Amino acid sequence: MAKETTPNAAAKLNGYASKAKAWLHSRRDMLRKPVRASGEGAAHGGRRSRSIPGAFGVLVRKEVSDHIRSWRFILLLGIIALTCVASLYTALNSIRDALGSEDGVQEFVLLKLFTISDGTLPTFIGFVGFLGPLLGIGMGFDAVNSERNKGTLSRIMAQPIHRDDLLNAKFVASLIVISIMFLTLGFLTMALGTLIIGIPPTFEEFLRIISFLLVTIFYVGFWLNLSIMFSVRFRQPATSALSCIAVWLFFSFFYDMILQLIAKGIAPSAPTTTVQDVLNYQNLMMWLNRISPYTLFNEATTTLLVPSVRNLGPLTNEQVIGAIASPLPFGQSLLLVWPQITGLTALTLICFALSYVLFLRQEIRGRS
Amino acid sequence: MTETVIDIHELTKSYGKAKAVDRLSLRISRGEIFGLLGPNGAGKSTTILMLLGLSEPDSGTINVLGMNPTREPIPVKQRVGYLPDDVGFYEDRTGLENLMLTARLNGIPEDAARERAKLLLEQVGLDNAAHKKTGAYSRGMRQRLGLADVLVKSPEIIILDEPTLGIDPTGMEELLSLIRKLSREQNLTVLLSSHQLHQVQQICDRVGLFVRGRLLAEGDVPSLSRTLFADDPLLITADIEGLSPALEESIRGIDGVHRLEIETVGQGAAGQQGALSADGRCRLQIRCDSDCSPDIAGAIVGSGARLFALHRQEYGLDEIYHRYFAGGEPHGKGDDAKRSG
Repeated sequence: MAKETTPNAAAKLNGYASKAKAWLHSRRDMLRKPVRASGEGAAHGGRRSRSIPGAFGVLVRKEVSDHIRSWRFILLLGIIALTCVASLYTALNSIRDALGSEDGVQEFVLLKLFTISDGTLPTFIGFVGFLGPLLGIGMGFDAVNSERNKGTLSRIMAQPIHRDDLLNAKFVASLIVISIMFLTLGFLTMALGTLIIGIPPTFEEFLRIISFLLVTIFYVGFWLNLSIMFSVRFRQPATSALSCIAVWLFFSFFYDMILQLIAKGIAPSAPTTTVQDVLNYQNLMMWLNRISPYTLFNEATTTLLVPSVRNLGPLTNEQVIGAIASPLPFGQSLLLVWPQITGLTALTLICFALSYVLFLRQEIRGRS
Repeated sequence: MTETVIDIHELTKSYGKAKAVDRLSLRISRGEIFGLLGPNGAGKSTTILMLLGLSEPDSGTINVLGMNPTREPIPVKQRVGYLPDDVGFYEDRTGLENLMLTARLNGIPEDAARERAKLLLEQVGLDNAAHKKTGAYSRGMRQRLGLADVLVKSPEIIILDEPTLGIDPTGMEELLSLIRKLSREQNLTVLLSSHQLHQVQQICDRVGLFVRGRLLAEGDVPSLSRTLFADDPLLITADIEGLSPALEESIRGIDGVHRLEIETVGQGAAGQQGALSADGRCRLQIRCDSDCSPDIAGAIVGSGARLFALHRQEYGLDEIYHRYFAGGEPHGKGDDAKRSG
């Protein structure tokens, strides 16, 4: 995609990107409006109509306050905040070297805070990629089954609300809490970095960081949904927590190993191998890799935060020839990771749909 | 007062091969307290879930306040309160907050909700514990809070699933009389399920005996016992001293007496089978079909024996229960149920 970027083509693509963005925004607004409206309904008190209009808002408010009051949330927040501070510290330690080594490119200093480290600790995005799932799992693994075990589920379901309201409220509330948390952390990191380095962020840097945070929220949202699904499926919170952690560990560690095994097996080694074969092989491995949400997240965030990443697949020599070694504009980076973001969203939706189906078909009895 | 608010017709629900509810038909009128009685696993909870639209029937129709709960669960749940068996609350919230949540979910405006919640907490005697976290509530308090929780939405029907389970006798009595009082004051229809027959029969207008998914009998307790124990519905117990064979004969001769059993009572008498205890006290158990306690008392006193106590007992649900549910629920065997049905 866009190897020999003529300014004209770039402008065109940029136009598409901004159109896509506008469309996205309109979608998002459409999605958000009903939520907000029902929230207001709750605040103003309800009318007694067929279905209570504010019930969803009430449930969301209850869930959010449950999260914020809980010890678990404070602990998770503490862990994430600590890692952010730690990675910021290591990044600041090594930022001088990093800036010096790259031949005079002094752009995107602030972004480097998120992507470099002095080697003692992982980078900011590394940390978030690793611990984000833990946060999602921690917030969702007992969403439904703990209510069931406490006997509150059947009491809530006896109120005039739809069954899916409960599940939606759990998801939306957790996502709201996660969003607030990551946006806050991101902005704090940005602010601290700006203060310490003394270089104000450009608008593009700002956009990139915002989109990085949004992708992170999507990513954590996926794990949240996965854990909600397990919490619907399993009656014991411990079982669902363990299943989530198993999936998380699988994708964090074992999936890579398995892929390496497969790669060794199918790598083209015959003397007759053509370039096409190698390319096919590379592409296959890349797609296998992209099943993992971890890979999707890493690719997306790296591209967004490192503007010099031009392509995520293999590049042939011909493709590289003539390419200008300059960072991609923001719109191009966004276009490059669009499939990854779509993939993450799709995974999230699949989990949500599954938990939806499971929950709607379940019978809700006392504590059984 | 005769408006039918719950009308169940030929309701059937199976789980796999096991029939949880088998062709149940039931009508409950407004203002009535109906007790759904049966052993564990009889299908009481399943029936209740279907009444609220939380579970779907396989066949048959349900009509609650003129609506079909399977199709329109929301309006049904607006007007019907349900206290699940072993209700739970958000333990890190206070009782008042828990009630407020329910009120909000029912769309009651904040001020009105707070007022109503406070009033109800007072009614169920929890006004002192209103600001205590429900995690610290005792079992009885939880059930009472549950009752308040059900009443927050000002329902027309309340359905209580095993409301007395796990509460001590005093608490149980309090709760039941509270239910009865509230029902009478607000003309509430109450459907309660239980397997504790003794306590429940005191407050129910009508009861239905529910075994293995089928309703064996329904009606008020006296009429149930009359029909079920047509031969000897009354038990009269007399503690006397100085039993003589002549007295035995004269009691047996009283019109209406069917059977007479003698057992010994008193200190140190245990183990002396058949014999009179040292002080000559014994207990007569007289089964009869009409109330002949004055004649029995007269006979005892006339024979020179000393009468300590005379107790007339109508057959209660316990006896009915034993007669019908004797042996408890046979496990499994779907065809067994079919044969007996």
